[in-house]
Amino acid sequence: MKRRNFLTLTVLAASLAFAGAARAADTIKVGVLHSLSGTMAISETVLKDVALMAFEEINAAGGVMGKKIEPVVVDPASNWPLFAEKARQLLTQDKVAAVFGCWTSVSRKSVLPVFEELNGLLYYPVQYEGEELSKNVFYTGAAPNQQAIPAVEYLMSKDGGEAKRWFLLGTDYVYPRTTNKILRAFLKSKGVDDKDIEEIYTPFGHSDYQTIVGNIKKFSAGGKTAVVSTINGDSNVPFYKELGNQGLKATDVPVVAFSVGEEELRGVDTKPLVGHLAAWNYFMSMKNPTNDAFKKKWAAYTKAKGLSSASKPLTNDPMEATYIGIHMWKQAVEKAKTTDVDKVIVAMAGQTFKAPSGFVAKMDEKNHHLHKPVLIGEIKADGQFSVVWKTAGPIRANPWSPFIAGNESKKDEPVMAGK
Amino acid sequence: MKRIPLLYTAQGWVVLGMFALIVLIILPTLNLVVSADHPLYVSGYIINLFGKIMCYMMVALAMDLIWGYTGILSLGHGVFFALGGYAMGMYLMRMIGREGQYQSLLPDFMVFLDWKEYPWYWSFTEHFFYALSLVVLVPGVLAFVFGYFAFRSRIKGVYFSIITQALTFAFMLLFFRNNTGFGGNNGFTDFKWILGFRITDPQTKAALFMITGLTLILALLICRYIVKSKLGRVLTAIRDAESRVMFSGYDPLPYKLFVWTFSAVLCGIAGALYVPQVGIINPSEMSPANSIEIAIWTAVGGRGTLVGALVGAALVNLAKSWFTVAMPEYWLYVLGSLFIAVTLFMPQGVVGLLKKRERLKPAELSPTERSNTVSPKVKLANESVT
Amino acid sequence: MKTFRSWLWLLFIAPMSAWALDAELLKGLASDENDVKIATIGKLSDAGDVAAIPALQALFDGALFLTSQGKLVIVAGDAAVDAVNATAIDPVPSDLVSIDINNRVRRELNAALAALKLSAPERAVRLASAKQLQADADAGSLLGIERVLATEQDAEVKEILVLAKAQINLKNADPKVRFGAVKELAATSNPNVKTLLAAMFVKKPDGSFVEPDSAVRLAAIDLLNDIQGRLARLELASHAFNGLSLGSVLLLAALGLAITFGLMGIINMAHGELLMIGAYATFVVQTIFRQHFPASFDWYLAAAVPVAFLATAMVGMALERGVIRLLYGRPLETLLCTWGISLILIQVVRATFGAQNVEVSNPSWMSGGVNFSSGLTLPYNRIVIICFAVVVVALVWFLLNKTRLGLFVRAVTQNRTMADCVGVPTGKIDMWTFGLGSGIAGLGGVALSQIGNVGPELGQSYIVDSFMVVVLGGVGQLAGTVIAAIGLGEVNKFLEPYAGAVMAKILVLVFIILFIQKRPQGLFALKGRSAEALA
Repeated sequence: MKRRNFLTLTVLAASLAFAGAARAADTIKVGVLHSLSGTMAISETVLKDVALMAFEEINAAGGVMGKKIEPVVVDPASNWPLFAEKARQLLTQDKVAAVFGCWTSVSRKSVLPVFEELNGLLYYPVQYEGEELSKNVFYTGAAPNQQAIPAVEYLMSKDGGEAKRWFLLGTDYVYPRTTNKILRAFLKSKGVDDKDIEEIYTPFGHSDYQTIVGNIKKFSAGGKTAVVSTINGDSNVPFYKELGNQGLKATDVPVVAFSVGEEELRGVDTKPLVGHLAAWNYFMSMKNPTNDAFKKKWAAYTKAKGLSSASKPLTNDPMEATYIGIHMWKQAVEKAKTTDVDKVIVAMAGQTFKAPSGFVAKMDEKNHHLHKPVLIGEIKADGQFSVVWKTAGPIRANPWSPFIAGNESKKDEPVMAGK
Repeated sequence: MKRIPLLYTAQGWVVLGMFALIVLIILPTLNLVVSADHPLYVSGYIINLFGKIMCYMMVALAMDLIWGYTGILSLGHGVFFALGGYAMGMYLMRMIGREGQYQSLLPDFMVFLDWKEYPWYWSFTEHFFYALSLVVLVPGVLAFVFGYFAFRSRIKGVYFSIITQALTFAFMLLFFRNNTGFGGNNGFTDFKWILGFRITDPQTKAALFMITGLTLILALLICRYIVKSKLGRVLTAIRDAESRVMFSGYDPLPYKLFVWTFSAVLCGIAGALYVPQVGIINPSEMSPANSIEIAIWTAVGGRGTLVGALVGAALVNLAKSWFTVAMPEYWLYVLGSLFIAVTLFMPQGVVGLLKKRERLKPAELSPTERSNTVSPKVKLANESVT
Repeated sequence: MKTFRSWLWLLFIAPMSAWALDAELLKGLASDENDVKIATIGKLSDAGDVAAIPALQALFDGALFLTSQGKLVIVAGDAAVDAVNATAIDPVPSDLVSIDINNRVRRELNAALAALKLSAPERAVRLASAKQLQADADAGSLLGIERVLATEQDAEVKEILVLAKAQINLKNADPKVRFGAVKELAATSNPNVKTLLAAMFVKKPDGSFVEPDSAVRLAAIDLLNDIQGRLARLELASHAFNGLSLGSVLLLAALGLAITFGLMGIINMAHGELLMIGAYATFVVQTIFRQHFPASFDWYLAAAVPVAFLATAMVGMALERGVIRLLYGRPLETLLCTWGISLILIQVVRATFGAQNVEVSNPSWMSGGVNFSSGLTLPYNRIVIICFAVVVVALVWFLLNKTRLGLFVRAVTQNRTMADCVGVPTGKIDMWTFGLGSGIAGLGGVALSQIGNVGPELGQSYIVDSFMVVVLGGVGQLAGTVIAAIGLGEVNKFLEPYAGAVMAKILVLVFIILFIQKRPQGLFALKGRSAEALA
């Protein structure tokens, strides 16, 4: 008897899952694949919100080819196998035209085979380590040459403080490892000795930075030092708090971070951190009409939806990248006059969009990455950044860094034919 | 041979047969043969999801054996599951060959760390059967060694639970390190071939699904055999009153050690089947929270009944898959309430609740099961030892 | 000289009085070119004119603005003054453009301000700027230092300046001056000096040392050994302090659990969420203070402590009465149930406060730290947390051992039936005990909010550590919890420099597993029947 009950349950569940497959024809379904619970919710929730805002905006302006966008939001709960499962579900059950999502490298790696197998379309909005190029993915975040290398060049310059010694500090996973590998090769090419580079990794969720900050102090006694931090999300707050309390000031040892933006600083008292740096392709503090409109829209949206961030609506780089990605997808669909993945991919090449950064972002004709400006900002007392250096215009991404051996022969475009 | 039919009543065998029929024949056929726009078509997603859940069900079986029947709560079963998965993953990584990003025979992450050759512990993993033996041996040996010392020191109850948690936590941190040689946080992913078949082919997937189903049924029968044998009765006795078992002249150590190791091996096998279907193995499988969840599946279904473990794992995971889509913002409330409700109102789990209705016909229950529906007072005494 | 000083002093406390600054020169501060800014700062600093301090300080603090007429204005709150002649400007101009600076400018400003402030009348200001000068002494400051040394009266300030001068003189061309400098530095533990000395022993390509004079080298090597010895001892001390600090964090995180799990036997997986609620209570109190009592903002923590305690205690008691009460005698099922509760609590907080972290700032008296000349800093927030841990432990000890409630709690945990028989209201005691444990967790949350993230997942990162601490110490033993927490903290911090953060943590876990093999009941094992019941 027990077994029969179990079977009933199984069949019931299966039929429930089937029921979800029904779809309406007058809308275009798109998927939003961001963790709303678990450890990554802190960063990803806001990307889901900004995506929904962009859809609403497009719908209000008449939709895509006259059809309304119907977002399908799922919660992969910061669980990597669940990311793959949800991606498969979005593509096969909901038959979405495109998916906007993922934050961590591992989540992207986890869904990548699914997107390639089912020929889906993923827009990935976060800065990452490069070393990847898939025909089914458009990378709207920065590649290392659009973030890490210019930042280090700046710190070597007179204005950046002419740093001679480098403390590379990161969380132990692929993005910091790759970035530091590229940086080490780059620094060597600039004549920096191995003994002047220190590379330290901490586990995920590390919260006790006493020893490490002490080590930075010790290391910096040997000469003008800069810290390059690729510490991930949650660990930044304890790190910066320790930094402030141990009296390591930006004028002595500047810290440049690649994963710290306006949202991450939300939980920190930034007064002791004034002068520490971050490198991005967008800062909320940028002054231009597009950004003003973007910020206003976001503030209004958070208020209208009663989001908890409404009291202090912040925008940041991955939000901008999400926003750009959605609009470019819309333009590409309208250019291709279909949501067919292969045709949209072709239509994506060379798309341009006036981004909130004030620059015109362009999708590269070949390599699926955006041309983006590089900006370096110093933390101000109010938690915003003041831009102290920027490139003259958008620069092209190098997903295959020339500083990694074996990449010289890599073609700068995805393999189009089926593997 | 005489004992085997006694595992289940005739009715039970029929139900099991039906389950086998559905899993081994009907679902794969509907997936492979029926065309995609037919209403009866079963999509690859469903096959994938159910394949995954069957792996979880196997883990729940293993947990039930050690917790439900022997009274040893492990909060570290995730480590055995993941180790089995990693062993299989090593084989799958090797099968990628030169199709990786760097066109090297080494996996991408090793190229990346500038490693020129495989570290010693990767030796021979390109041989499928060696990898299979690792699937069994690695979790088995680890569990045996760990269990031997822990049970010999007579570590019991929460102390045991917490050190198993420490074990899985330590392994998670170890595997997170890139230098350990298992791909760090990214783990293994982007598999291409298994035994010469494309891993993305629907046929391969259906085959994996059927193998998982078959393994699950076998595992269930073996577990059933164990709990119905004399060994099983000793285990239950250890759970209920270990001191008395010792006074009766039994040494609990070999019994506990056997079931503990067996349970770990079962987890390892489940992990090995899980990896090719899910397409990724990463250290977060070893996070303490995942291991706690395994215990929860078992508790939701009903501890001390094998069917309960299966039902619990299926129910919780289906609920999770369903609610993360249907109500992404609220599913944690639902899941949380489910756990609370089960403990408060269904102390015997879902199966216990169903069984209550059948209490009128106690004759159908086997002796083991009867001992599980003991009066609350005895129950209390049992728990105080666990 | 004295009259000159008092004249300066006038300028300081009366910025409204007229001062004469070269308006054209000052305008350089607003230049778009950092080079121009720096040149201007250099000129102002070389002139030694203290009148430039307000403008430079304002530039440093981001309070210097440029009007559309090209006028430099210092804005402080609702008031504005002209940067050139300090006349008040009312109302505050609306067309202000902020002058952004970067680290390079900031560094120059630091040096210039330190040099200028060396002539300040207040001893504390002079002392601070002397220390600043010593910390990054370079040849450029030599002139200023010598100028001030000639007039400085205060012994301590003088001493520091002499050190700073000696540090600079280590690179002097005259071997006698270098020798003198080495001798003068005898007492310092400044790691910068160590680097400077070590640089003397680098061999040039032709085989000779950077430092040609053997007498200087001999003196330097002695000093170098001295400094290294001192620094090594200090490093040990700093490991010990770091360990103590990590240990007290672990202790505060685990103490509540030592009561709910240790004494009551409830496997409370929601313990982490109680910590989180404590931290969020701190956040709420902070917000209220910021809005309603900005004047006493620095003391919000004093209010947060009782609020967090009561809030979490109430949540705890509600949980106990509502759910956990029904599960006594089924300890392993409390695991399942409290896990469910923890999921719900996380989501409730996420829905109320948002998924992002919220900002809890250190009050100003907890920012910064005690500085030693060796570069060792003991942050105030860490010191406060250590003291707080001591107080909380003392309080819990007192409650459990010296009060009637404590007596009842112990009676109920030791023998519930017996306690019931002699008239102890066991049900109520359970509620109070759980409330107490939860409240203590809330206090832990207050402490955690001062060193790390405050977000919905805060508790998840401490729950495993908390259980390890309680179990290692021995269930039911407060003293065990204390020793286990401090011990784990110290072991971790002494391992970390050698093994790295990740391996240190793994080794600690392995250590716990091995330790439990040796002592299956933890550090302090309960003896007798109650041991059986709890295990």
